[in-house]
Amino acid sequence: MSMVEGEFTIKNRFGLHARPAALFVKKASEFSSEIWMEKDGTRVNGKSIMGLLMLACPLGSKVRLEVEGADEVDAFSELGKLIEDGFNEE
Amino acid sequence: MKEDVFVNKTLKGIGVSSGIITGHVYLLERGKIPVKKTTIKDDQIEKEIIRFRTAVKKAINELNSVKQSIPDDEMRRHAFIIDAHILMLQDDYFFKEVVDTIKDEKINAEWALDIVVSRFLASFENIDDLYLKERGQDLKYIFDRLLRILVKGKTPVIEATKKKTARGIIVAHDLSPADTIQLNLNKISGFVTDVGGRTSHTSIVARALEIPAVVGTGNITSLVKNNDKIIVDGDEGVVIINPTREVQREYISKQLRLRNIKKEYLKIAGLKSETRDGFKIKVGANIELLAEMDIVERYGAQGIGLYRTEYLYLSRKTLPTEIEHFHIYKKLAENKKMEYITIRTLDIGGDKFASQIEMSKEINPAMGLRAIRLCIKEVDLFKTQLKGILRASAYGPLKLLIPMVSGLDEIIKAKAIIKECMEELEHKRIEFNRDIKIGIMIEVPATCMISDMLAKEIDFFSIGTNDLIQYTLAIDRGNEYVSYLYEPLHPAILRMIRHVVDVAHAHEIEVAMCGEMAGEGLYIPVLIGLGLDEISMNPYAVPKAKKIIRGIDHSYCREVVSEIMLKGSSKEAEFILRKEMARLFPQDFIRCYEE
Repeated sequence: MSMVEGEFTIKNRFGLHARPAALFVKKASEFSSEIWMEKDGTRVNGKSIMGLLMLACPLGSKVRLEVEGADEVDAFSELGKLIEDGFNEE
Repeated sequence: MKEDVFVNKTLKGIGVSSGIITGHVYLLERGKIPVKKTTIKDDQIEKEIIRFRTAVKKAINELNSVKQSIPDDEMRRHAFIIDAHILMLQDDYFFKEVVDTIKDEKINAEWALDIVVSRFLASFENIDDLYLKERGQDLKYIFDRLLRILVKGKTPVIEATKKKTARGIIVAHDLSPADTIQLNLNKISGFVTDVGGRTSHTSIVARALEIPAVVGTGNITSLVKNNDKIIVDGDEGVVIINPTREVQREYISKQLRLRNIKKEYLKIAGLKSETRDGFKIKVGANIELLAEMDIVERYGAQGIGLYRTEYLYLSRKTLPTEIEHFHIYKKLAENKKMEYITIRTLDIGGDKFASQIEMSKEINPAMGLRAIRLCIKEVDLFKTQLKGILRASAYGPLKLLIPMVSGLDEIIKAKAIIKECMEELEHKRIEFNRDIKIGIMIEVPATCMISDMLAKEIDFFSIGTNDLIQYTLAIDRGNEYVSYLYEPLHPAILRMIRHVVDVAHAHEIEVAMCGEMAGEGLYIPVLIGLGLDEISMNPYAVPKAKKIIRGIDHSYCREVVSEIMLKGSSKEAEFILRKEMARLFPQDFIRCYEE
């Protein structure tokens, strides 16, 4: 079973609040792959804004991004970049 | 007779939009709908699920139409929140949780929704910072919307204001952009909120609609109920709950007076600002928001004498980017009615709150690291804004104004940084106006003394009287024990202004005044007599200024100035001026009966 995964740090000052979560979900929904985000043992659907908000990720928290499906490589790199760039908030 | 509590109860807040209105309270409450909790039978499960599904669809439709009706840019900035709310409503995970709860617990939709939302909220409570607060609010917001739809079929606020024939005064804790946009704005005659400031959303909307508003009253929502009568005085920042007849009469006459004055002023607004003997003086407006441009045009300002940019920094969590600066200034520049637009670079510090920008605590911030001092230290911060201004200068008559200069070195440094910005833009082949006029604020007394040296380096002066008076007379206006010493007609101040004007004209540069003194009708003959090229003020004050300018002779103003400059005390000077103005403009100035 193939899957792309990696760990990221939330860099924006106010964490993964509504705006970045919405951006993430919109981007994630452009891909057919299944997208999961995990933090401290809780794993949520990356296409669900409620799920992401439930994860409670303030600045500096470590999250694990897992992508599986036909476009997993593109999805992983684009979503990873979004997190890395602090969701374009700065 | 119905019993009113809090008769004539007066609340003091911040008057953010001018005018007086008496009307009935329309209380905008949130989250106070009781959740009806019932268990259901197996055969009702499907019906409850459909009810929930319909409510979600309706809520999404409501939000989509809200999004489409967002009228201007200032508000559009908030649209992402509406997007996030729509995504939350469309969320499968959320939807499925509610549906499962209806099925498993055999309860009605609103109860299930309540359980799911409180479960979500509980999980948010693991972290105690701003971040948590924000997420919780978003969820509560959509919970509230769904609940209202489930209970009443619609979000009732919209309905009420749409249906109501009489206009009401909206009373709320605070108004979010989404709240405001769905109110039927034609049916609102005023706003009062518990929290907020001059640049909060409610204030912007109220000023754009030209209806009275008072914000930051503390607890009005807990003191009034629907249909209570209140008076809102947006000039004084006062709200009176359940006023007695006498008080109402008093305010109605005040309101009528203001209305008549406004009507007269709007007629004058479009006329030229020229004295009877043909002396021209420019009348500009001081603003800080794009949304104020309509008012600026209607009230007849020729240009923007002062565009404050602090708001760009304060209303957000991160620093504005070059592109953001550029877009706003470009919009300003593209306004064809304005002859000039003077953009003042960042002037954070002193009396302004810098709550969002990280700055170390200073004992005396008014004299601390602010404005150009901060910009020279934080060069990147300065360059971001400068490049935004320069890029926009390709689209219209922008001027650049640097605040809080105290010496020649600062100008030299600032000009070097501006040159660097120009070179960077040139390198990227981005257009800008190479000859953009660069000016400085004259507000530190030192600049007045060396104005001849400064005049050689820059293109114009703008006198900021508020700070100039405070620093020259060494008084803190906010200090009640010495505020009586704040005297614009103090001979020292008049001599400084005259000196700056004379120096500027000897060097063939223009000099403006953008402090509060410029907007005060009484002082206008003095400012004309002193020879200022431009006066810039709150946009609403422009017509009155024009009226005075048009009703007076330049030669007369010069005489008055010579006369009052001989007086050793500003009391005497003011007395002469008041007497003269009451004689020339009996409608606008009250005669001094102590004569």
